Amino acid sequence: IPSVSSIVPESCLLIVVGLLVGGLIKGVGEKPPILKSDIFFLFLLPPIILDAGYFLPLRQFTENLGTILIFAVVGTLWNAFFLGGLMYAVCQLGGPGLNHIGLLANLLFGSIISAVDPVAVLAVFEEIHINELLHILVFGESLLNDAVTVVLYHLFEEFANFEQVTILDIILGFLSFFVVSLGGVLVGVIYGLIAAFTSRFTSHIRVIEPLFVFLYSYMAYLSAELFHLSGIMALIAAGVVMRPYVEANISHKSHTTIKYFLKMWSSVSETLIFIFLGVSTVAGHHYWNWTFVISTLFFCLVARVLGVLVLTWFINKFRIVKLTPKDQFIIAYGGLRGAIAFSLGYLLDYKHFGMRDMFLTAIITVIFFTVFVQGMTIRPLVDLLAVKKKQETKRSINEEIHTQFLDHLLTGIEDICGHYGHHHWKDKLNRFNKKYVKKCLIAGERSKEPQLIAFYHKMEMKQAIELVESGGIGKIPSAVSTVSIQNINPRTLPLERVLPALSKDKEEEIRKILRTNLQKTRQRLRSYNRHTLVADPYEEAWNQMLLRRQKARQLEQKMNNYLTVPVHRVDSPTMSRARIGSDPLAYEPKEDSENLPIITIDPASPQSPESVDLMSEEPKGCSGLPPSPEEDEEGLVMRVKEPSSPGTDDVFTPGTSDSPSNQRMLRCLSDPGPRPEEPEEGEPFIPKGQ
Amino acid sequence: PGLPWPIPAPVTSLLSLAVTSEQIEHLHRRFKQLSQDQLTIRKENFDSIPDLEFNPIRGKIVHAFFDKRNLRQASDGLADEINFEDFLTIMSYFRPIEMNMDEEQLDRFRKEKLKFLFHMYDSDHDGKITLQEYRNVVEELLSGNPHLEKESARSIADGAMMEAASICVGQMGPDQVYEGITFEDFLKVGDVSAHTKMHVRFLNVDTIAHCY
Repeated sequence: IPSVSSIVPESCLLIVVGLLVGGLIKGVGEKPPILKSDIFFLFLLPPIILDAGYFLPLRQFTENLGTILIFAVVGTLWNAFFLGGLMYAVCQLGGPGLNHIGLLANLLFGSIISAVDPVAVLAVFEEIHINELLHILVFGESLLNDAVTVVLYHLFEEFANFEQVTILDIILGFLSFFVVSLGGVLVGVIYGLIAAFTSRFTSHIRVIEPLFVFLYSYMAYLSAELFHLSGIMALIAAGVVMRPYVEANISHKSHTTIKYFLKMWSSVSETLIFIFLGVSTVAGHHYWNWTFVISTLFFCLVARVLGVLVLTWFINKFRIVKLTPKDQFIIAYGGLRGAIAFSLGYLLDYKHFGMRDMFLTAIITVIFFTVFVQGMTIRPLVDLLAVKKKQETKRSINEEIHTQFLDHLLTGIEDICGHYGHHHWKDKLNRFNKKYVKKCLIAGERSKEPQLIAFYHKMEMKQAIELVESGGIGKIPSAVSTVSIQNINPRTLPLERVLPALSKDKEEEIRKILRTNLQKTRQRLRSYNRHTLVADPYEEAWNQMLLRRQKARQLEQKMNNYLTVPVHRVDSPTMSRARIGSDPLAYEPKEDSENLPIITIDPASPQSPESVDLMSEEPKGCSGLPPSPEEDEEGLVMRVKEPSSPGTDDVFTPGTSDSPSNQRMLRCLSDPGPRPEEPEEGEPFIPKGQ
Repeated sequence: PGLPWPIPAPVTSLLSLAVTSEQIEHLHRRFKQLSQDQLTIRKENFDSIPDLEFNPIRGKIVHAFFDKRNLRQASDGLADEINFEDFLTIMSYFRPIEMNMDEEQLDRFRKEKLKFLFHMYDSDHDGKITLQEYRNVVEELLSGNPHLEKESARSIADGAMMEAASICVGQMGPDQVYEGITFEDFLKVGDVSAHTKMHVRFLNVDTIAHCY
C-alpha cells in the first residue's frame, strides 16, 4: 500500500489541514482568521520568491528566456481576455443573478484567475522531478507573469470605475506594462548591485553578511511594490544580479547560512500559505453560483490548453530544441493557480465589486481543483507518458571544461560567419563583466579568478569534505577511485613528502602564533558555558584514538593522491575559507601517549583572524619552497577529521610518527610555551614522548 | 539561384548537407569577404576578423578549418588553403538537428559533431587525447588571464584526466597507465548534450560583420 505522501502532494495535505483547523475553530464558535492580503504580500510571499530567484538556474533560464517570456506575457494576456470575454457572455446569458456583472468586472476576474502561481507550481513540481527544461519553462512563466497580472489588475480596477474607457486609456495601459515590468527589474538590479558592492567590504564582519542579502532583497521588493511596479520581478532581478558577486565575496559559512535560511523561510511560508488557504475557505463568506463557478473552471482549462498549443506552434519555429506534444501537455497541465489569485481577489473593494464573494468562491474552487486534481494526477501522468526526468548528475570538471570550450568555439564560429548571434552577445557581456563589473564588486584577488579555477576549487573542497565525512574506511565515494597521478603520467616521480626547511625565525614565529592561539583557548575553557561543547577529555578520547589513527593514515594516503591543490602565492579566499571552514584541525595521537588528554577548541574563537594570518603567512614566507607545496598545506590543514563523539568538537592530537615532516610538525607545535607558572594546564598541550 | 559566382558543381552535392540555399548565399558572401575575392582562404585571412582576437581558443578554431580530417580528405595532415566547398563542409558540422531525422541519422549526426570536437582536442592526430594535449587545451582556455600560473592549468588538466580515467576504466592498479582519451571514452566523458548545443543560427542573414 503506497504511503499517503506518495500519492497526495504536500500542498493538498496542507490545505486539508487548513480546512480541518478552520472547521475546528468555527466549531468552537470563534471566527477563524482569513488570509489577509497585506500579510500575504508583505510577509509570506517574498521569502518564496527570493528563494526561487537566488537559486535560479541562470543558464537554462537565459537559454529559454524567449519561450518563457512569450508564455508569460502573451499566454497570460490570452488567458485573461479569453476567460473574461467568455465569462461576460456567460453572465449575460446566465440569468438574473449574473446579468449585472459588467464586462470590465469580468475582465478583472479573468486577469486575477489567469495567472499561473509560482508557489503552487513550486510545491507540486518539486516533488515530481521532471527534466530541467520543463521545470524552468513552467516555473519561469509563473514568475514572470506577475508583471502582466499587476498591470491588468490595476488597470481593470481603475477602469471599472470609469464611465468611458477611451483608446488613450488602453494605450496608456499597454505602456504601463513596460513601465511596470522593466521598472521592477531596474529596481531589482539597482538593489542587487548595491548588495554586491556592500558584500565587498564585509570581510571583517562575516556574521552579518547574510543579513545584507535578505535586507537588500526585501527592500527591493518593498520599493517596487511601493511604486506599483512588479515586486516579484524586482526580487528575482535582485537575487540574480547579486548572487555571483556576493558568493565570491562572502565566507563559506555565510553562504551556507543564506542557503539554509532561505530554504527554511520559504518552506515555512509555503506551509502557512496553504494552511491559511484552507482556513480561509472555511471562514469566508461564500456565494455559490453553479453557472459561474463551473463555467469558470471549464474555461480556465480550455483557455490554458488552447493558449499553450497555439503558442508552442509559434515558438517552435524559433527553437532549436523543439517542444514535443508531451512537453506541451505537461506545460498546459502544470498551469496551477494558487494563493496569489486568492489574495488579489480578496483585495477587491466590496463597495465597487458587490459580486466579490462570488468571485472568491470561484477562485477558491479553481485553486482547489488545480491543486488537488491536477497536482495529484500529474505524477502518475508523468510516469505514464514517460516524460524525461531530472538527471541527478554531478557536474564534473570534464564537463565544465567541455562546456567552456564549446562556448568559445561557437562564439568563434559565429564571428567567422559574421553572424551576431546569441553566443556573440553573451561573450561580449562576459567580457564586459570581467573587465569592469567584477573589479568593482568583488573584493581582492577573487575579482580576477576565472570561472574554471573557481569551479575547480569548489570541486576540490567538496571532494575533500566528502572524503572526510565518509570516514575513509570502506565508504570511499565512487567518484574517487584508485586512479592516481601515476596512472596517467608515469613519468612523474612520487612527490617527496618532505617539509621544507623553515628558517629559524619563521619557525619561531609559527610557534609564537600557535602558542598565543592555544593559550587563548585555554582561558576560554576555564569558564563554563553551556554552549561550549567540552567533553570529558580523558574518557571518550581514548576509545576513539586508535580508530582515528588508522583512519587518518588511510586518509593521508588518499589525500596525497587526489588533492593536487595548485599553489597560489597570494592565497585565494576560497582556500583560506577551506582552511578556516574546516575547523577540526586534527593530528594523530602518538603510539605511547596513553594518558594524552584531548583538548577541544571552540571553533568560533576570536583568534580566527590570526589563524588566517598563520596560513597565509606560510606560502609567502617560505621563499625556498619546492614546487610541491601542497604537502605543506596538507600537513597543516588538510588532515581534517570528523568529530567522533558528540562531546569532542575539535580535536588536537599530535601527528603520526611515520614521516619526518610529521615529526617536524610535532616539534613545532609541541613547544611548551612561555608560561611555566601554570603547569597543570601546560601539560595537556605537550604530547608526551617527544 | 542568383549567386554572384558560378557555383562549382560539387557544391550542388552539398545541398544534400541540408544547408539551405539562402544560407549558402550568405556564407558565399562571407567567404568572399574573408578571402578578399580570391577563390581560396589561407590561415592569415582569419586574422582579419576583429572579434576573433578575444577568443582564447582561436588558434584551435582556425586550425580546425584546415584539418584534413574535418575536411574528409585524409586521416591526417593540414591543408594549406581551403576553397568554398571546404568552408561549407566545416560549416555543415554546425547545422541544427532537424525534427524529421530518424534514429540512425540522428546518431550519425551526433557522432560527426562530437568527432569535430574531438579533433580539436587531439592536436597530434593520433586518435587519443593525451595528458599533454589536455593540458594544452586547459592552458589555452585560461590564456585570457595572463597573471595565472601554469601550475593551476596543469593541475586542473591532471584532475580532469584522472576523472576521465576513473570513469572510463574504473579502478586502476598503480602499474596501469591510461594512455589517453579515445573517441569512445570521449563520448562517455564529454558533455553528453554537446551535440544539441553545437549549432549556429542563420536566422538573420542581414547582419554581416565587417572585416578589416
